[in-house]
Amino acid sequence: MNYKTMPKCYKNSSKPHFFCPGCGHAMILKQLGSTIDELKISAEVVFGIDIGCSLLAWDFFDFDTIQTHHGRVIPVMIGVKKANPKKVAVAYMGDGGGYAIGLQSLIHAAYRDDPVVAILVNNTNYAMTGGQMAPTTFPGEITTTSSSGKKSSGFGNYLDGLKLLSSVADQSAYLERVSVSNPRQIVSAFKKAFETSDKNHFSFIEILSICPTNWKTDAADSFEFLKNMEDKFPVQKYPLGE
Amino acid sequence: MKKFISGNDAAVQGALASGAQAMYGYPITPSTEILQIWSEEADKNDRLIFLQTEDETTAGFAVNGSVLMGVKAFTATSGPGTVLMQDGLSMAENLRLPTVTIVMQRGGPSTGQVNYSQQELNLAVFGGNGEGLRIVYSAGTPQEMYDFTLEAFDSAWRYKFPTLVLGDGYIGKQKTEVELKHPLNPYQNSSLLAGKNLRNCYSSEEQFYEYLSKNILDFEEKSSLIARSESIGPKNAPELIVAHGSVFFVIREALKVIDPKSKKYQLFRPVTLRPFPKQDLKVAARGKKKIWFFESSYGQLYHLVSAELDAASVSAKIIKVFKPAYRFLPEDIADSLKGGK
Ligand SMILES: Cc1ncc(C[n+]2csc(CCOP(=O)(O)OP(=O)(O)O)c2C)c(N)n1
Ligand code: SF4
Repeated sequence: MNYKTMPKCYKNSSKPHFFCPGCGHAMILKQLGSTIDELKISAEVVFGIDIGCSLLAWDFFDFDTIQTHHGRVIPVMIGVKKANPKKVAVAYMGDGGGYAIGLQSLIHAAYRDDPVVAILVNNTNYAMTGGQMAPTTFPGEITTTSSSGKKSSGFGNYLDGLKLLSSVADQSAYLERVSVSNPRQIVSAFKKAFETSDKNHFSFIEILSICPTNWKTDAADSFEFLKNMEDKFPVQKYPLGE
Repeated sequence: MKKFISGNDAAVQGALASGAQAMYGYPITPSTEILQIWSEEADKNDRLIFLQTEDETTAGFAVNGSVLMGVKAFTATSGPGTVLMQDGLSMAENLRLPTVTIVMQRGGPSTGQVNYSQQELNLAVFGGNGEGLRIVYSAGTPQEMYDFTLEAFDSAWRYKFPTLVLGDGYIGKQKTEVELKHPLNPYQNSSLLAGKNLRNCYSSEEQFYEYLSKNILDFEEKSSLIARSESIGPKNAPELIVAHGSVFFVIREALKVIDPKSKKYQLFRPVTLRPFPKQDLKVAARGKKKIWFFESSYGQLYHLVSAELDAASVSAKIIKVFKPAYRFLPEDIADSLKGGK
């Protein structure tokens, strides 16, 4: 296989990867790899992964990688960074891992301004376990635990994690939401995040992503759904201290 | 009525037949279908309460809350979820809350493996920061997921101890015909809080010692009513095999071939791991030349019973076949037994 167009930090022996065809995770990881290549920081990066479909990234790159425990990738990466401040600690998670079980860890990392680069892939469901509803699931959305559509009453509307974090994060933090529909913007957000980490502050990038398998969508409908997500979750840099 | 369903589905049907009204949970393989099927049932039936919580800790405590109000409530989980459930279970032990927790074991430690194990025995039995005042059933088939869930709700509310049903990923995912016998008389539930001030923390050692001792004594007294075992094969066989859950059934299959005339082996299983059917095991172990332990963990069952065997001064040769987080096939059992070690 010719990997010329692939990031240099890819581990070739683990390709082709195991993500479903059309999965947003694979697109995002490619942008992450390119950014790390461009910044020449692959020797410094410690890549931490939650469990979710992100598990499939455990041997994706040629840099140090640790796949951790559900919801707990952020505290593990805090420990990594404290033990070796020269490292760039990246915590990669899904919206279930970050906004449900691990929300407490995420909020406190933002609040304390822990110098971790947190990346959250929002596909509005728990993909790895078969498409249950997540805090990001939209009212009316059908999942395997909302068979007649998510009811906002009793189950919540849909959680805008960035809005939440922007009210607790330190002024020096960096918070942005991007979408897989715009790879360039993903790279620029990653660069900002790494810059912020260099200055010893917290950064958080949420990426609106695609899960054709659990959404049961073809390519066109996947991007249609993504557009709907972009309408509801503002794709923007989030202001701090508001 | 017979239905062709999975063990996870059978657990839900058992809960419904027991009069369970509320389920709180968080997805985790291999128990997720219990959450999913309950959510579908709740979609169809306004009387049923369902909440997918933000994690297992919240699910466990929400069950405690509903049970306090007299509602039959349960949760279902696995592996790292069973670890997080210990918080709520500890409170339930302390306050004698009749919660039901269905545990479909997967491989550990941590996220380990999503298929199967028998490694959550210790967690089920002694997972809290206390003395394990819980009732634990070990199911081995989808049918037993149904039957033991019925029994779990009954025992929980009758004796007021948190109750667990231990299954595993193979049982949960496997589909077979399950006989859905309706209980004649599900144990009646009522509020545990009405007109009461309850607390989970005591201000002096003396007060708490008195309270805890009463609970322990009560648990000991009820144990003989709850503890249950099953044994197959001749009581005077020279060798005893001890296993629980689905491994028991694998061995049962193997013995049909290895010991077709049923002469050499007696096969014993604790149906309840807690309280443990000590007396039954002592009787079964009496006079045996060899005692085999087969389990998909590194001796969790063996450690639970070894003290009992010592106390009964059993002099048999003990042979341990431990495969932590790994399956047994009937041919594996045959190989071990033939190898004699
Ligand atoms: C304590 C604990 N609870 C539950 C699980 C099961 N589990 C594994 S991945 C996952 C959800 C993943 O969803 P998300 O974080 O949104 O990532 P995605 O798969 O969608 O990328 C769950 C619930 C677990 N591993 N550990
Ligand atoms: S299930 Fe969804 S998120 Fe997971 S790999 Fe497949 S497309 Fe990607």
